[in-house]
Amino acid sequence: MGPRGSFGVALTDVAEHDERIIGLTADLAVTSGMQRFRAQVPDRFFNVGIAEQNLVGIASGLADDGWIPFASTFANFGAMRSCEFVRHHLGYMRQNVKLVGIGAGFAMGQFGTTHYALEDVAVMRAIPNLTIVSPADCSEVYQAVQELAGSGDPTYLRLSGIPSMPPVDQGETEFRVGRARVLRSGTDLTIIATGSMVAVALNVADALAVQGLSVGVVNMHTIKPIDEVALTSLVGQSAAVATVEEHSVLGGLGGAVAEVMAAIPGSPPVLRIGVNDFFPKVGSYEYVIAQCGLDAPTLVTTVEGWLSGLGKQSVGRVAR
Amino acid sequence: MNNPAPTDGRLAQIAARSRRQIVQIGHGAGAFGAHFGPSLSLVDILTVLYGTRVRHDSSMCSDPERDRVILSKGHGSLALYAVLHEFGFISDECLASAETDGTVLPGQPCRNQELGIEFSSGSLGMGLSFGVGLALSARMMGSDRSIFVIMGDGETNEGSVWEAAMSAAHFRLARLIAIVDVNGLQSDGTTAEIMSCRLREMWEANGWETIEVDGHSIPGLRAALSPATGSRPRCILASTVKGKGVSFMEGAAEWHHGRMTESQFETAVHDVGRGEQTA
Repeated sequence: MGPRGSFGVALTDVAEHDERIIGLTADLAVTSGMQRFRAQVPDRFFNVGIAEQNLVGIASGLADDGWIPFASTFANFGAMRSCEFVRHHLGYMRQNVKLVGIGAGFAMGQFGTTHYALEDVAVMRAIPNLTIVSPADCSEVYQAVQELAGSGDPTYLRLSGIPSMPPVDQGETEFRVGRARVLRSGTDLTIIATGSMVAVALNVADALAVQGLSVGVVNMHTIKPIDEVALTSLVGQSAAVATVEEHSVLGGLGGAVAEVMAAIPGSPPVLRIGVNDFFPKVGSYEYVIAQCGLDAPTLVTTVEGWLSGLGKQSVGRVAR
Repeated sequence: MNNPAPTDGRLAQIAARSRRQIVQIGHGAGAFGAHFGPSLSLVDILTVLYGTRVRHDSSMCSDPERDRVILSKGHGSLALYAVLHEFGFISDECLASAETDGTVLPGQPCRNQELGIEFSSGSLGMGLSFGVGLALSARMMGSDRSIFVIMGDGETNEGSVWEAAMSAAHFRLARLIAIVDVNGLQSDGTTAEIMSCRLREMWEANGWETIEVDGHSIPGLRAALSPATGSRPRCILASTVKGKGVSFMEGAAEWHHGRMTESQFETAVHDVGRGEQTA
């Protein structure tokens, strides 16, 4: 079904039980998985045409009366084309709008650079009062929509990953906005990932474990407010931290983690892995992921090289 | 709406007092200056709106059935504050704090529903889509309230205005009323020089019932604001004089935002005082 289909199912389900839920889109109802919502809740569905600023402004007017609008468009258009509307309505006026950015990262493949969202988290993160949630799989998309429907916080919901996005085994951990899910603990390295990269991070951890490294994985599905408690707990527990995201290395998850860690004495070094501040050549999802070094084998090599440089390649040399 | 509905003469007095407040508060803002011109052009529009049409008073600030006035041209803030003061939303003390450090009445409005300020503004082109959302909401709630969105003519340079305009007609929002303060000037000069456009044709082409009116005529504004009868949203193009009521500011682009000398302040006080005597 994919993250967008999961969003559509979740929205329809919450709308059945909560008549305040509104669905809006900027001419991307089907692409956003909202066709079921449109059919089942037509009175609470609005298509504003290809007009993302208007999408946010109308959603804000609806929120002013206590409706809970979920407004969908491609992530880059929602976060950047209408950026100042988001700042004004969701940030400054704190209107309870859930802006849903679909196709984040490279999910749009051959649509190309205009449809890649590589800077959206950085842009949205700078806006006060805005929550940013980036689910790791379809199940988490569903849970996120359910929880956000009951919250009063203006939110940017970032949907990364392609329809074949794998489910992530998150064990006994629970999804709660603002709380990281610690999927594994490790003393040599902790990989903090978000969205589509969480599943990949687990694969990387498996590969490194084979080489004898103790590697933790954290699903940081809420990028803002970032879970500072979870980050602080890594100090003295994990010798190094790597962040992985389908987003620029500037200002996204990596930036958020580094900003927290930099202020803590004795905190582990942080390697930010993502898109290295360039526009990748256009291609299939897998092609662009590989080009950016975000596939598991390349990530293993990157992390090994970095740890080696830190003098921590072998378990025996890691300070415990 | 005040009860009983004020006469034209009484409305003229309210407008005249509001102009005096704008001059005094704007001058009190000090060296940074204030948006005199775009506030003075707007006074009569706001006075007739609150005096004759808007279902809202200081006891209705959280009532969902109240009409909503959205000042999208935030640089008309002093006019909004002065008129809300006249209609009992804003106290004398509060008004006197406008444009001072940490005030709830800054140079551009900050949403404060208890004071009747429905919308934060300053960044242009933001208000009409918000009004569309409020109008859609009213329809879903079965409310007959009206939504008034006040813009500047320069503001309509913003593309987002037209995204919203198109959608308002598409959604047949008959209780959405856009009022454009057509003072013919924007920050850098006349609207004709900076970005000429045919406003009437543009609003009509977007599906709006479009009315042109003298924005300083109290009877004219009363008529233009009469309740809608059709299914289309209404645009009132209110022709105004920027800086209206202060001789040296009238029609002068440089008084979009500025600071008066003491001698100019004396002249301005004299001008608005004469307005009060003749109202």
